[in-house]
Amino acid sequence: MCLAVPAKILEIKGDKGIVDFGGIRREVSLSLIDNIKVGDYVLIHVGFAIQKLERKEAEEILKLWREVSEAINT
Amino acid sequence: MEKTIELSHGAGGTLMELLIRQIIVPKFKKRAVGGLGLDDLDDGATIPLDNYEIVVTADGHTVDPLFFPGGDIGTLAVSGTINDLAVMGAKPIAITTALIVEEGFSINDLEKILNSMAKVAEEVNVAVIAGDTKVMPRNHIDKLVIATSGIGLAKRGQVISDAGLKPGDKIIVTGTLGDHGIALLAVREGLDFETELKSDVAPIWETIEAALNVGGITAMKDPTRGGLASALNDLAEKSKVSIWIDEESIPVKEEVRAAAEMLGIDPLEVTNEGKAVIGVNAEYAEEVLEAIRKTKYGKDAQIIGEVKKEKPGYVFLKTIVGGVRVLEKPYGEPIPRVC
Amino acid sequence: MNMEFPKNFALYRDRKLAEKVAEKIKKIADREHFKFMHVCGTHEDTISRFGLRSILPENVKVIAGPGCPVCVTPPEVISAAIELSKLDNVILTTYGDMAHVPSPRGSLVQARAKGGDVHIVYSIMDAVKLANKRKDKQIVHFAIGFETTAPSTAATLLNNPPENFSVLTYHLLIPPAIDFLLSLGEVKLDGFILPGHVSTIIGSNAYKYISEKWHIPQVVTGFEPLDVLVGIYMLLKQIREGRTEVENEYVRAVRPEGNVKAKEMMKRVFDVVDARWRGIGTIPCSGFKLKKEFENFDASKKFEITFEEFKQDLHPGCKCGEILRGLAQPEDCPLFAKVCTPLHPIGPCMVSREGTCAIIYKYSRSKNK
Repeated sequence: MCLAVPAKILEIKGDKGIVDFGGIRREVSLSLIDNIKVGDYVLIHVGFAIQKLERKEAEEILKLWREVSEAINT
Repeated sequence: MEKTIELSHGAGGTLMELLIRQIIVPKFKKRAVGGLGLDDLDDGATIPLDNYEIVVTADGHTVDPLFFPGGDIGTLAVSGTINDLAVMGAKPIAITTALIVEEGFSINDLEKILNSMAKVAEEVNVAVIAGDTKVMPRNHIDKLVIATSGIGLAKRGQVISDAGLKPGDKIIVTGTLGDHGIALLAVREGLDFETELKSDVAPIWETIEAALNVGGITAMKDPTRGGLASALNDLAEKSKVSIWIDEESIPVKEEVRAAAEMLGIDPLEVTNEGKAVIGVNAEYAEEVLEAIRKTKYGKDAQIIGEVKKEKPGYVFLKTIVGGVRVLEKPYGEPIPRVC
Repeated sequence: MNMEFPKNFALYRDRKLAEKVAEKIKKIADREHFKFMHVCGTHEDTISRFGLRSILPENVKVIAGPGCPVCVTPPEVISAAIELSKLDNVILTTYGDMAHVPSPRGSLVQARAKGGDVHIVYSIMDAVKLANKRKDKQIVHFAIGFETTAPSTAATLLNNPPENFSVLTYHLLIPPAIDFLLSLGEVKLDGFILPGHVSTIIGSNAYKYISEKWHIPQVVTGFEPLDVLVGIYMLLKQIREGRTEVENEYVRAVRPEGNVKAKEMMKRVFDVVDARWRGIGTIPCSGFKLKKEFENFDASKKFEITFEEFKQDLHPGCKCGEILRGLAQPEDCPLFAKVCTPLHPIGPCMVSREGTCAIIYKYSRSKNK
């Protein structure tokens, strides 16, 4: 539906913040989300952080990843 | 609805090609005494003379903003002209420049731009032998436009067109793609993101000369407007071959990839101002690559794909996850999208 | 898994993993054919950009549903935006997606060529900045998009923007559209790949009623190639196990309840109304309309512009309606690649660069235009 990309929060100033997309930085609005801190990863869409990214993978991917990595180091 | 010119007509994609093929080219006598002419739509045209060929190019230069990270409209005008001659296999000899300036434009800025032009010309030992200056009333033109023509020399039969690819050839790009287009978007109003990214604008004759000296070059193209996607499609269509590109081997800077993902733009459709796409006979490929990498503007060169006989006119991309897709020529200028 | 966040982003584009998932899909897809629909231009971009159709087995098809504002925004809204851009004290800002979309009045890009003041922006915040900078002008932001984009419009209006700023809104909602598609009667679809970023806002729970009502599997899916492949695998697994649920593949970004703060903001600024979708017709409760108290920011009220209805937005003979329901292929449409091409698009599935017809045209016929 909509293009949103992960970015890391470098600075927070009120309801605005500076984020890094991987070598490029931009000011974004943080008004749509709560309790986030510098260093968190967020999803940015049209200059707004729409959700905090969790360090979680779907079960399916975890199982597959283990199978693939076992196949590599055996 | 009365048809008018759109921005996309100047963006190096399908719409521009239709305007040129259907409306402009049919009007004129297309070549002087044989050689490559207007309808070849190559980066330059040729006038065969005894055992030499004079190579001629014509370019208009507009850029917003006039001064950008990595250069200005002056660097762009002279480099672009030199590169168009270089990818024809011709040693750049001379350039003419016409300046069309808006009333009220700062002379100080004009001098800075002229200095940039001189610096690039000196780097390749090219003379600026003629020119013209016109001034238009305020608001009748946006600050400054530069029109150039370039004259180069090649031995008879050593001109390289963009239609000479042969099945089995390898495809080389002389460096990272998308730098210029993304660097410009960064400073353009409404998109302002910060980056250390600079335009790649540069005169790459030295790099091309190194490749020519090794030999085995079959075709070359300057991937400016419309980017690599346009250049590869031109090469495939004109040489009546298919080109197979391996996405993983295409050199793209991290910041360019990040900006392209954020804006929903394909880096392969973005303008480059200091790169060339080179088709080379397979036996010479490695040697040509080494020679290019020794030059100032060829450090990140890579072999990115090969030429095949079947499916003439198509460009295929083998994607990083192992899929295959058609690489289309862009329609117009890449515009950021949100969906 | 020892992949340190975010280094694990590379995981989602890993070739070996993709081959592994493709093998699993081949094994589990044991029927003659499966047809899954996604309703998102960005899913179509991931599928075509990474060439996923060439990795999927022949019997597993993925088609594009009514999924991007480009193809479903009705022509009268685009003409209204063009009309606004021509008023001499107005600058119209728009997202790039809408720039080339045709309407009986032409496109915004063509309007710009004829003197309309149209600026492409990346964010509504850039439009507000322009309004603060250009007090001499009225800045109108063309606010289109789905539940992912509507919160940014709501947040901007709640943050009392300058008085020379207004919005022409056409925000649409996805779940009612899926429900409506299924209610149109016969549909040959085996499951839905649900849009990940809409779901970060509305949450995976928002689709539950659809699975219960129509007994069709749905998986909320992310936008990396591995997300899409694993999402398809999860749909096939549901079919194999006879389940019809809403599952969430995109757990790193989507929660069952979504983004509660964003949902509240939307409630304060918009009412839900019936809305017209180009190529489909009116879908009940599928659009947002600005509430009365935000009237002075509503460009359709601030400037008397007419939303003159273009009778039928579907050209006679256009089969986009059936294509969107998986009942027809582009080749079945009499207009496809003859009257209707990417350069002269007629139906919504050709208008958007990611519509089903545009994609099939690009791959099968692009060389003999």
